[in-house]
Amino acid sequence: MNIKARRSAALVPATPAPATEALPAVDAAGLGQLAVFDEPTTDVPSGAARLRAENISAWFGDRKVLDRVSLTMEPGKVTALIGPSGCGKSTFLRILNRMHEMVPSASLAGQVRLDGTDIYDPSQRVTAARRQIGMVFQKANPFPAMSIYENTIAGLKLAGIKADRVEKDFLVEDSLRKASLWEEVKDRLHQPGGGLSGGQQQRLCIARSLAVSPRVLLMDEPCSALDPTSTRRVEETIHSLRGQITIVIVTHNMQQAARVSDECAFFLAAHNQPGGIVEHGDTEAMFGAPRDSRTSDYVNGRFG
Amino acid sequence: MSTITPETLIPERPEAEADLAKPRTLRNSYTGRDHAFRAITFTGGIIVLVVMLLVGAFLASNGVQAINEVGLWKFLTTANWAPESNDFGIAAVLLGTVQIAAVALLVAMPLALGTSLFITEVAGGWLKKVLTSMVDLLAAVPSVVFGLWGAYMLQPNIVDFSKWISVWFGWIPLFQVDGVDPASPLRDTVPFTASTFIAGLVVAMMIVPIQTSIMTESFRRAPVGEREGAFALGATRWGMIRTVVLPFGKGGIIGGTMLGLGRALGETIAIYLIISPVFEIKFHILEKGANSIAAMIALKYSESNEFAMSALMAAGFSLFLMTMVVNFTASAIIAKSRSGADSEG
Ligand SMILES: Nc1ncnc2c1ncn2[C@@H]1O[C@H](COP(=O)(O)OP(=O)(O)O)[C@@H](O)[C@H]1O
Ligand SMILES: [Mg+2]
Repeated sequence: MNIKARRSAALVPATPAPATEALPAVDAAGLGQLAVFDEPTTDVPSGAARLRAENISAWFGDRKVLDRVSLTMEPGKVTALIGPSGCGKSTFLRILNRMHEMVPSASLAGQVRLDGTDIYDPSQRVTAARRQIGMVFQKANPFPAMSIYENTIAGLKLAGIKADRVEKDFLVEDSLRKASLWEEVKDRLHQPGGGLSGGQQQRLCIARSLAVSPRVLLMDEPCSALDPTSTRRVEETIHSLRGQITIVIVTHNMQQAARVSDECAFFLAAHNQPGGIVEHGDTEAMFGAPRDSRTSDYVNGRFG
Repeated sequence: MSTITPETLIPERPEAEADLAKPRTLRNSYTGRDHAFRAITFTGGIIVLVVMLLVGAFLASNGVQAINEVGLWKFLTTANWAPESNDFGIAAVLLGTVQIAAVALLVAMPLALGTSLFITEVAGGWLKKVLTSMVDLLAAVPSVVFGLWGAYMLQPNIVDFSKWISVWFGWIPLFQVDGVDPASPLRDTVPFTASTFIAGLVVAMMIVPIQTSIMTESFRRAPVGEREGAFALGATRWGMIRTVVLPFGKGGIIGGTMLGLGRALGETIAIYLIISPVFEIKFHILEKGANSIAAMIALKYSESNEFAMSALMAAGFSLFLMTMVVNFTASAIIAKSRSGADSEG
């Protein structure tokens, strides 16, 4: 099986970052060479998982954008990542479910542990990691050729999971309800997903992610382009998923971070320097009594 | 504060100013450069259209004499081509044209699809660049070169394959070859040369590049957001291609295929160099002897008198109509598909 051989050969194990200067230990361009006919992953564990990022560094080409960032995202909790634009929040998030390696020039170092197992370990499959760690993007990206119904369960087919009509119907309703979209679309499930409003499309994407029962859900500024009603719905969804799924959300909206998150991490990057976490902890403490003056300035809207 | 009722929500609209509610005529003011630009582009478009109409009118007006002589029905149903004895028609050559194009399409379509998916989805870095320019280079090879390659390189090597097909699938009339004894130990490949199949293969090689470049272009434009959406659900690369790239590139696949078909129908010299022309209705594509409208015109052109020329023009007009319909359909499909109309992302 030379396909397998090549894939694992490309996966040089990530060496722990040296204390001084972390170098790209993993050639992400190589990692991106996901085999075309790799079998999809059908059996993965379920239930909220602890996600632990250890010494994550990231590069685009020669430019280092993250330097040895560590953060634990507790199971069932909502962790908000805040910080000014360009400090590496999206990059960090995309490293958490192996989307970073899709960028040809990208590379990374460090480990991401999903309940203890490094998802970048050669024994781990990319598809399995992404199945368990779902992602909602800043720009809603439903599959326009598919109906709302098909969009919701698109992940099943992609993961090679067989389901009969009744199971599908149930999953569609359940996922759309969790994403607070069911009431608005239940009468037009077979119309194209592209015909929904922007906010509805984003909730459809959330439903689509939830339908494959991920253990962690990553959200990159999911509400930045949404109307107030849809934003409220998405926040309701996050609240109702608390305890069932580990959620990591990037947001520029301080009120939103304060409303939805249990924990908070503040990212910051000096000009042309790699980004890192300045302070993290309980959301209430971060907003009420930040230890770092930069955190206090940022959460109070004095910069960023 | 007054309470809001539906009545108070409607503002008063004075009768006197009713003409303010009439639609305005919108006019842009054009500068001299705007006018020049419009004139040049407009003239270009008109010239293309006029030349096309002229070609059609020329063929039709010259061909009408021959068609009048035998009648449209006989012209369409006669297989033979003997204008000197008023016994001619396009039945055989038209069928031959369609058969060669069908073989070409059947071979070229999967090849082009595979190549474009490989270029856009699998190959990276330098390989992608090299392959893209190779495809463009292949498109620039003159058809006479393909014809020579087909006759002197492909044919001697492919006839054994033709024979193999006919031995194993000869029970299907399409693959039957008369006058060969499959039990004979001699390597008799002559009955398999100069066939519709071989001509179709050569034409396939000629249309792969155009099909590939159109498909590649449409696949390349599949939005990154949707691709990432599929991957984030745990899709394999093939799963992503199936859910995002192929549906997005559907217009490019159909349009590119049909554009290739248009070229296959009109291909002349490569077919001319390969086939040994026959004027009979035949469905044995592996058997020696084939024909096409364009190859026939090239073949008969030099030995035709005025009337025979008119007959050739009429045949040419039928080919013109056919390729026109195919090409227009193709460009309409390409233009209407999402890959053309909406390139966001
Ligand atoms: N695809 C890319 N190629 C090169 N540089 C990138 C790419 N994506 C992001 N970057 C750079 O990485 C840094 C971090 O970006 P990002 O993670 O998107 O920040 P944030 O989400 O906090 O705004 C920025 O300086 C940005 O310019
Ligand atoms: Mg970002």
